[in-house]
Amino acid sequence: MGTTAVTVPTRRRARPTRRLGGAGALGFGISTLWLSVIVLLPLAALVDRSLHDGLGEFWRDVTARQAVAALRFTILISLAVAVINAVMGVLIAWVLVRDEFPGRRVVNALIDLPFALPTVVAGLTLLALYGDAVAYTKWAVLLALLFVTLPFVVRSVQPVLLALDREMEDAAASLGARPATVFRRIVLPNLTGAIVSGAALAFARAVGEFGSVVLISGNKPFDTQVTAVYAYKQVESDNATGAAAVSVTLLALSLGVLVALRVFERWATRHDR
Amino acid sequence: MTASRLALRFVALGYLAAILVVPVAFILYKTLEPGPAAVWRSITTPAAVHAFWLTIEVAAIAVPLTTLFGMVCALVLARTRVPGRSVLEALIDLPFAVSPVVIGLALFLLYGREGWLGPTLAEAGIQVIFSVPGIVLATVFVCLPFVVREVTPVLREVGDEAEQAATTLGASPWQTFRRITLPAVRWGLAYGVVLATARAIGEFGAVSVVSGKVSGETETLTLLVEKRFTNFDLAGAYAASGLLAAIALATLLAMTLINRKGAVA
Repeated sequence: MGTTAVTVPTRRRARPTRRLGGAGALGFGISTLWLSVIVLLPLAALVDRSLHDGLGEFWRDVTARQAVAALRFTILISLAVAVINAVMGVLIAWVLVRDEFPGRRVVNALIDLPFALPTVVAGLTLLALYGDAVAYTKWAVLLALLFVTLPFVVRSVQPVLLALDREMEDAAASLGARPATVFRRIVLPNLTGAIVSGAALAFARAVGEFGSVVLISGNKPFDTQVTAVYAYKQVESDNATGAAAVSVTLLALSLGVLVALRVFERWATRHDR
Repeated sequence: MTASRLALRFVALGYLAAILVVPVAFILYKTLEPGPAAVWRSITTPAAVHAFWLTIEVAAIAVPLTTLFGMVCALVLARTRVPGRSVLEALIDLPFAVSPVVIGLALFLLYGREGWLGPTLAEAGIQVIFSVPGIVLATVFVCLPFVVREVTPVLREVGDEAEQAATTLGASPWQTFRRITLPAVRWGLAYGVVLATARAIGEFGAVSVVSGKVSGETETLTLLVEKRFTNFDLAGAYAASGLLAAIALATLLAMTLINRKGAVA
């Protein structure tokens, strides 16, 4: 299959033909300046501070036992969350696009709720509902992260599924393929790109998540402590340099995911260009 | 076939109910449990009222800034071929991927007491960290990509033929923008503004690091929720959460309406 999979024709985007000349350069200058002042300058200060006491100290901060345990837990649970929400996201997108039931539009609108609801409220909500059973355990962290990352895969898969040509599936079915085979051989290959980018964004979000986790995790070192909360506690205990070092690893991790995703997208659309 | 379809529907909706719907319904129930009078008292204490207005004030500064920048940046990305454009496009997404705590700490280390700019600003009598400007800067940081992300694809989709026609007919750049470009992207723009507003009102992590959490001064609504929770004032935390959840639901409604209008237009 692989290379012969029929992909959804993506509309060629209109090429910008006009040169804005001076206005374009001005706009570019304004955009770059704004981005630099608001985003890049603070991040540069962060990186600078993390190296304040030298590379050796940086390495010691990053490899402190508690920091390593927190980072390992953060990565593992974020991977789990990305995988679970990739599967459930495809399922939900499928039901929303291909199924008919009363209230479908309401359900469709509700998908975005985790983007609209403040994270600290999400955490409090889950804590109130699932209370004593899961509070301050790894399950609580898992639940919170599943909640905040729910929309990513659904929203990236949904438009692709909508645009997918049903005739391919009908053809496969008429040739005797069972529904499961049609899904595996026709639908899934077309969705792979959307699933990967949705799951990657969910992973990046889960790795840095703070608000929904801080109340519900109990922040137990070597157990439920995630890196973002660990960094926060370092700031609170006046260890800004240590917090900066841990933050830089977190920053590198999410940057790595973004870059990998961009490379993957270029690779996946190499035939369209 | 129908059986498996029903099973799929059941699993998908069941998951949504367990993760999403039941918790949010529960928080609204918990909010209203003590009775409307108690809830009203809880969200009209001086600290809560101040937190509410501070949240609105921060959003009222951050969202227009985000919108203005987002519009300029979207025009640059969709309509020009300046070298370095793709780098700019990649960097725009950065705030989505960076942890809120990292954002807060970065601002702290730039503008704070020991930061790069902190001492200079302090001499000039400007306090950024543990004060409202810091909260605004954190909010602008986290909201930065929303408008750009929504407007750029719309600009690319509509193309620039109408704009060229307007220019050929003698319209000035400003006229072209106001009469052609802006109406074409208005629903995308509105969507981005709604998303940015929701994020501005709900931001917690970044604001938490830079605000100092002084009640009645630098405490936003989300910080109030956390403080009440950690002070074992559960009913108070639920009341403030209920207020935020109501704002979130209103946002959702606005998003749905905008999406529908955008699809029709």
